Amino acid sequence: MIKLEKISMSFHGKYILQGIDLEVKKGETLVVIGPSGSGKSTLLRLMVGLLKPTQGEVWIKGQEISHLSEDNLNKVRIGMGMVFQYSALFDSMTVGDNVAFGLREHTTMTEAEIHKIVTRNLRMVGLAGQQDVMPNELSGGMKKRVSLARAIAIRPEIMLYDEPTAGLDPIMSGTIDRLIMNAKRVLGVTSVVVTHHMSSAFKIADRVAMIHGGRIIEVGTVEQIKQSENPVVQQFILGLKSPSAYVRRRSEMR
Amino acid sequence: MLLAIVESIGRQVILWMENSGRIVILLGNTLFHLREKPRMKHVLHQMAHLGVDSLPIVLLTILFTGMVITLQTATEFIKYGAQSSVGGVVAIAMARELAPVLTGVVVAGRVGAAITAEIGSMKVTEQIDALRVMAINPIKYLVVPRLLACVIMVPILVIFADIIGTVGGYLVATLYADISSFTYIHSITLFTVVNDIIGGLVKAMFFGGIIAIIGCYKGLTTGEGAEGVGRATTASVVSSIILIFISNYFLSLVLYR
Repeated sequence: MIKLEKISMSFHGKYILQGIDLEVKKGETLVVIGPSGSGKSTLLRLMVGLLKPTQGEVWIKGQEISHLSEDNLNKVRIGMGMVFQYSALFDSMTVGDNVAFGLREHTTMTEAEIHKIVTRNLRMVGLAGQQDVMPNELSGGMKKRVSLARAIAIRPEIMLYDEPTAGLDPIMSGTIDRLIMNAKRVLGVTSVVVTHHMSSAFKIADRVAMIHGGRIIEVGTVEQIKQSENPVVQQFILGLKSPSAYVRRRSEMR
Repeated sequence: MLLAIVESIGRQVILWMENSGRIVILLGNTLFHLREKPRMKHVLHQMAHLGVDSLPIVLLTILFTGMVITLQTATEFIKYGAQSSVGGVVAIAMARELAPVLTGVVVAGRVGAAITAEIGSMKVTEQIDALRVMAINPIKYLVVPRLLACVIMVPILVIFADIIGTVGGYLVATLYADISSFTYIHSITLFTVVNDIIGGLVKAMFFGGIIAIIGCYKGLTTGEGAEGVGRATTASVVSSIILIFISNYFLSLVLYR
């Protein structure tokens, strides 16, 4: 469904990503973990064509998108949805208009049909009856949920989540995790989730990819990642001071 | 030392040329999207927001400009017994230069700044990225309606400015300078031709285009954070006003040869 081949990305001569090879299968939820500034969000932006790679190819549903014009990219993006780190709701529109936006732009549905979908999606994310509220009246968690309701309104095949639980309390994080799993179960979407919350990652992932210093250093199932012998992976999972702390801990246990 | 100065100037020239190139590309892309049916709802909304709401401040500015230009002209012309020319001179100055340029400057300050601030804050809060991810072309969605609204509304504002400026002049001429109503109006009809007004409206269309494109460009290229939006807004107003004055000279050269 999504394939990155030998992707490198540099800004002002500094490489953020180098030689990334990654594949996400249809219906799979891949969670990308890694420390802040490791290039996770850049990876997501490359997948949706917001950035063009310095080198390499990005394949979405069998189509290479890194050389497409904006108008041709839009044909690919219609099948994709994204939840941004800071929600990116259109602040001049109500919550209802935000959720209805894609439907009004890309479908020939009547207002009654759109209203029905908006109501259903808002109910699904636990925000029933909030259609007429403006985004600036919502809390961070509520904004994330509206963003999710907006992204799934046009029933995308691919969902991208950029730090969906960042800055949220554990209860709200749990709610967002459940919504991501629901979107997968109900809509069958292929998902890529960027996060550094390990509890979220282990809960929602089919596979986990760890990115460090612009390179993917480990990819595997949740169990494989948990059992990884890579000190950098273990340092990140366990929140240790340094990779050598893990090496010391392991030798002590033996 | 000298090398450092030359390098600095060179960097600025390259930056200026890069920006100019990007503005031309944005204009080209915007004009390309004009072939498609514009979103009339958005265009009308922008026309009301950018045009109608600017009317009071434009009228106030031009009213007093008309009054002061008549005050100065009448005082000097009366000395040489040329009071019968005051109305015509004021009307020509108003139609050809003052109304379009001052309206352009006022709209650049009010509307150009608003366009940049709005699009700039959409950029820093990832709303532009959200539009792109939702398969909406930001140029088509944001730039085209603003360009159309400005190109249509600035000339309409100038029509009102022409009228109010001449009325301001009339009030000062008749109430302060003791020029008769007939003399003032007769002078206008004698001196002014339709091309004076049309030329001013053509200029206004250009100025509207400059304000919209520069405003949108600065918004779309805003740097990070609130400070970036502030800087972009200031740059938008300054660039628009400078371009209005420069283009005004060349437009006058072409239109009133």
